[in-house]
Amino acid sequence: MSASKSLLARILPIPTILFVLLIVWYAAAVWLNAPQARALMDPDAPSGFWAVAHASWTMDRPVLPAPDQIVTALFDSVFGYPLSSPRNLLLQAGYTAEAAGIGLLFGLVFGIALAIGIIHIRTMDRSVMPWVIASQTIPILAIAPMLVVALGVLGITGLTPKAAIVAYLTFFPVTVGMVKGFRTPDPLQLDLMRTYSAGRATVFGKLRWPAAMAFLFPSLKVAVALAVTGAIVAEMPTGAQVGLGARLLAGSYYGQTMMMWSALVMASLLAVFGLVLVSLAERGVIALRGGRL
Amino acid sequence: MKRGGSHWIIGVAALLFCTLSRTHVSSFHATPWITAGIAVVLMLTAMALFARGDSRADRLASPLLFGLLLLWLWEMLVFALQIPFVILPPPSAIALAIWNHLAILRIDFEQTYLHAVVAGYAIGCGAGFLLALAIDRSPFLQRGLTPLGNLISAMPIIGIAPIMVMWFGFGWQSKAAVVVLMTVFPMLVNTRAGLAEYGAMERDLMRTYAAGYWQTLWRLRLPAAMPLIFNALKLNSTLALIGAVVAEFFGTPTRGMGFRISTEAARMNLDVVWATIAVAALAGSVSFALIAMIERAVTFWHPSLRDAEGR
Repeated sequence: MSASKSLLARILPIPTILFVLLIVWYAAAVWLNAPQARALMDPDAPSGFWAVAHASWTMDRPVLPAPDQIVTALFDSVFGYPLSSPRNLLLQAGYTAEAAGIGLLFGLVFGIALAIGIIHIRTMDRSVMPWVIASQTIPILAIAPMLVVALGVLGITGLTPKAAIVAYLTFFPVTVGMVKGFRTPDPLQLDLMRTYSAGRATVFGKLRWPAAMAFLFPSLKVAVALAVTGAIVAEMPTGAQVGLGARLLAGSYYGQTMMMWSALVMASLLAVFGLVLVSLAERGVIALRGGRL
Repeated sequence: MKRGGSHWIIGVAALLFCTLSRTHVSSFHATPWITAGIAVVLMLTAMALFARGDSRADRLASPLLFGLLLLWLWEMLVFALQIPFVILPPPSAIALAIWNHLAILRIDFEQTYLHAVVAGYAIGCGAGFLLALAIDRSPFLQRGLTPLGNLISAMPIIGIAPIMVMWFGFGWQSKAAVVVLMTVFPMLVNTRAGLAEYGAMERDLMRTYAAGYWQTLWRLRLPAAMPLIFNALKLNSTLALIGAVVAEFFGTPTRGMGFRISTEAARMNLDVVWATIAVAALAGSVSFALIAMIERAVTFWHPSLRDAEGR
């Protein structure tokens, strides 16, 4: 490793890579769309390379839309309709965010409670922990749509089934991370607490909980990504009305490529937004602690 | 702590109680509920006793009993509360469905797991690993691609499934493509983190031996990266299954686990749906266990394993 780099050398790579990616994307769009674009072109029109390229970057239903098309479609779907219209993507993203957020909250509380039980009760550690791990081998994402349908038969629709699926997905990284975190204090520190004749609750509040903070935020970042994915998949069963997942499905069903891509990009933006919130919370905690976790 | 075999007796008694009360529960009469209560208390007692032991049998018995308790409670509650079959079939019905539909389940397993999951997993993990090595070689790529890689890992990649089906058609290839995209980034991120895991002392030693980049990579950095690489391999084994099954919701030939789940759910044959889920869960668990076994063999030196062995 060299000594301190100049600011330019640190920042330059990211736009460069992005620029290269954009060029590759436009080239790939020509490569994938050109066959259909040629077929749609006016036979008398000039058919040089640039004409074909331009045609394949401006198709209505491209195989791979050009980046500027996606940006335009996203802009239209957010600002082109009033916020009350179901065609407004921001409204749909709001539905997804609501399910993801509520589910994440429940998953977080349940995950932390489970971790507290596992570190304090030996029977629980031995008998429950293996099943916590095994529970994740059930591909819940794969059966989420079916669960939503089954709960719909019962009359439970809307937010609840989506949030439940998100909670099931998100408790796992939290539990695993927090069990590790609560066990980080070394014997020396634990012995010191004993010397002060601290009870279990005090040891937990003053030693284990602060020590686990360093593990909470990485787990939360994983959980946020899972929450958005889970909410979207839960919105995918046939008959789904609202949310980004429903838009994705409708786009796939009617061959509306642009609808699919804009929903996908919106979902990614939602996940990034969640990550930013977690990072801000992390910085806040670090600031409160005087500069370290 | 020295004990006799009392906990074994209690465990067996608990199992006996479970079989007893299963035949009685059909309504809310008091007797079956008392029996069931005794059974649960016995089970929990046995679990607590086993949890104190340290032998191999003791370690296995506790989670096994807990699993049995869960299955048994599921069976009992479905009968006692008369939960409709559509919502949750009892485990016995699911076991029967597995037995009756072995042929179909095998065809689905071949289509989804042996084709899409295995191919996608191999390509995705391989590509992620090689990409990590390439990035490691070049600081410029490292600074440009790391934030991008972290960003993409957080994105709901599964949403790309309908687009992949549009591109690659209904066959297993489109599912494999989804699996590749889902598995490549966790592998990339973990391998990169793993390659930074070696200590300064070891690196200095390699320098003293005048080892070049490749020798250092092969003899020091790759072995040190193994725990994190296996972490990604384990994570990807479940991700791959999820990706393949969800991709099948967007169009498949008339076989595959995702196809089976969605069509049988629409026909209200919930026992077949749950049988498919059981196969998927079993496939996921076995893959996970297999990778964990290889991990034990490869990273036997790692402290996290030393604690588990009790040495």
